[in-house]
Amino acid sequence: MSDTVLSIRNISKSFGGIQAVRDVSFDVRKGEVLGLIGPNGSGKSTLFNCVLGQLRPDTGGVTVNGQDVAGKRACALSRLGVGRTFQQLSVFPEMTVLDNIILAGQEHKGSMFSRLFGASDAGLTEEADRMIAFFRLTHLRDELAGSLSYGQQKLVDAAMAFMANPALVLLDEPAGGVNLTMLGHLKERLKTYNREHGTTFVVIEHNMEFVMSLCTRIVVLAEGAIIAEGTPEEIRANQTVIDAYLGS
Amino acid sequence: MKQLKILGLVAILAGLIIAPFTQATYGTYVLSSWLVFTVAAMGLNLTLGYAGQISLAQAAFMGIGAYSTAIMTMAGLPWIASVVVGMGLCFVVGLILGYPALRVQHHFLAFVTLAFTTLAFLVMRNEEWLTGGIYGLVGIPRPSVAGLSLMDGTRYYFFTLGVFVLASCSFWWLVNSPWGRAFKGLRENPIRANSLGVDTRLVTLLAFAIGAAYGGLSGALMAPLVQYIDPMSFTLIISLKILLMVVVGGSGYFFGPFLGAGLVIMLPEFLRFAEAYYLMIYAALVVFLMVVCPSGLLGLLSRAIAAIRSREPAERGDLKEGAQL
Repeated sequence: MSDTVLSIRNISKSFGGIQAVRDVSFDVRKGEVLGLIGPNGSGKSTLFNCVLGQLRPDTGGVTVNGQDVAGKRACALSRLGVGRTFQQLSVFPEMTVLDNIILAGQEHKGSMFSRLFGASDAGLTEEADRMIAFFRLTHLRDELAGSLSYGQQKLVDAAMAFMANPALVLLDEPAGGVNLTMLGHLKERLKTYNREHGTTFVVIEHNMEFVMSLCTRIVVLAEGAIIAEGTPEEIRANQTVIDAYLGS
Repeated sequence: MKQLKILGLVAILAGLIIAPFTQATYGTYVLSSWLVFTVAAMGLNLTLGYAGQISLAQAAFMGIGAYSTAIMTMAGLPWIASVVVGMGLCFVVGLILGYPALRVQHHFLAFVTLAFTTLAFLVMRNEEWLTGGIYGLVGIPRPSVAGLSLMDGTRYYFFTLGVFVLASCSFWWLVNSPWGRAFKGLRENPIRANSLGVDTRLVTLLAFAIGAAYGGLSGALMAPLVQYIDPMSFTLIISLKILLMVVVGGSGYFFGPFLGAGLVIMLPEFLRFAEAYYLMIYAALVVFLMVVCPSGLLGLLSRAIAAIRSREPAERGDLKEGAQL
């Protein structure tokens, strides 16, 4: 049986005359932490949006665990086992941290009608408490998510992405705007989660130190095409990548 | 704290049971009106307060419920059957009205629902063969419960109170279920909610449909209360009045519509001493309230409680770990 979780095949996407993504193909294997990097305008977000079904590629296809995800709505993708975080803060500010985490898991428990007639927490309080404790947010459990600091909200956001026990998590600039202490904490938690659960990550990130120390493999995009692929050490030493970032 | 809340609720319920015995006929009628409008406001609170979808159509749904009840009970059918039909009709129409909300939001959605209210008014006014047109329907019977006639105002008040309690309990159960959490998720961050598996399309439609069904129930209680309905009872101004109830009480708070409807219905009665000036004072008070507490009376109370709590030193058992965050 194939251990490929995410398969991207010959994806191309244009906006008018601008070719944002050109014939990109790569696979992500189970348990892998793949970094997707590239200078601004390299097509990372467009590719991400094609994977998440928010954009329909002009050519090519995306499969998750062998299932075609083209044109699937975000909620359907979530049920297929795809979790994600957002570049901007994306919590439910007027809900407590506990409710945020429960909401992240409840839609994966039973049917819509069984949820209506079942327990108000969908039987998830214990599991949510474990997730909150994992991200060391227990002291903030009953606080409104909107009242937390930026970094704490980033942790809540990450915790939500994992609550449904996804097979694949797409992290969109998780380090953006997070202070150094919190960044170290976030990285350590992500590594631990990956080690303990074997969840596959795809990370878009501009913070090179963060991405190099978190990821096991890196794909580099420039002008919509893959210019390099390899381990963090290989990418660090790759002259094409250095040129793409610094200009040749 | 929980015991205190239960005690408070029991006290309020006891007050509502005693209230009509301290009132003359008109006072009991006003109390019944408050209960009826609270049910309508509860529905709008679900659509607007919990799910974040603006609607100016609640009066139209009250109209659908009221006319269904009037037509069916005047034809000799039981009230309960008319309620099922009225609420069912509102649910279906609400579901259909929810579709534009999948494409338009905020003031655009307000205009869509406003147009629907106007359309419903025109149907009620022009379809004379069914609705009696501008003259309305007169002589709507009040239901009987176990052979006991509810023609007496106090008895009908208790009947309304019973339905009101049932509606409140079902609303409490709904908003505290995972559905309630999904409604709030839709209100606060629909993109995030969708990415977590919440079918935001379905939840939006349900928010409209269930809210509309509460409007229908309210209309089904109103028709036998007033025993006469005409299209003017279900115009845009009534929708705005219900919106005011939700906003003044506290949109998104369970007890918001109770308080808001109480204020909107009762305040003019308390201001009657001001005679010709009472509407001016009423309007000025509403403006003042909205300026002082845009999140409604319960929003103000909630902020006050939060401010008091923030003065109390918090216990941080995990301070060592938390400090590094």
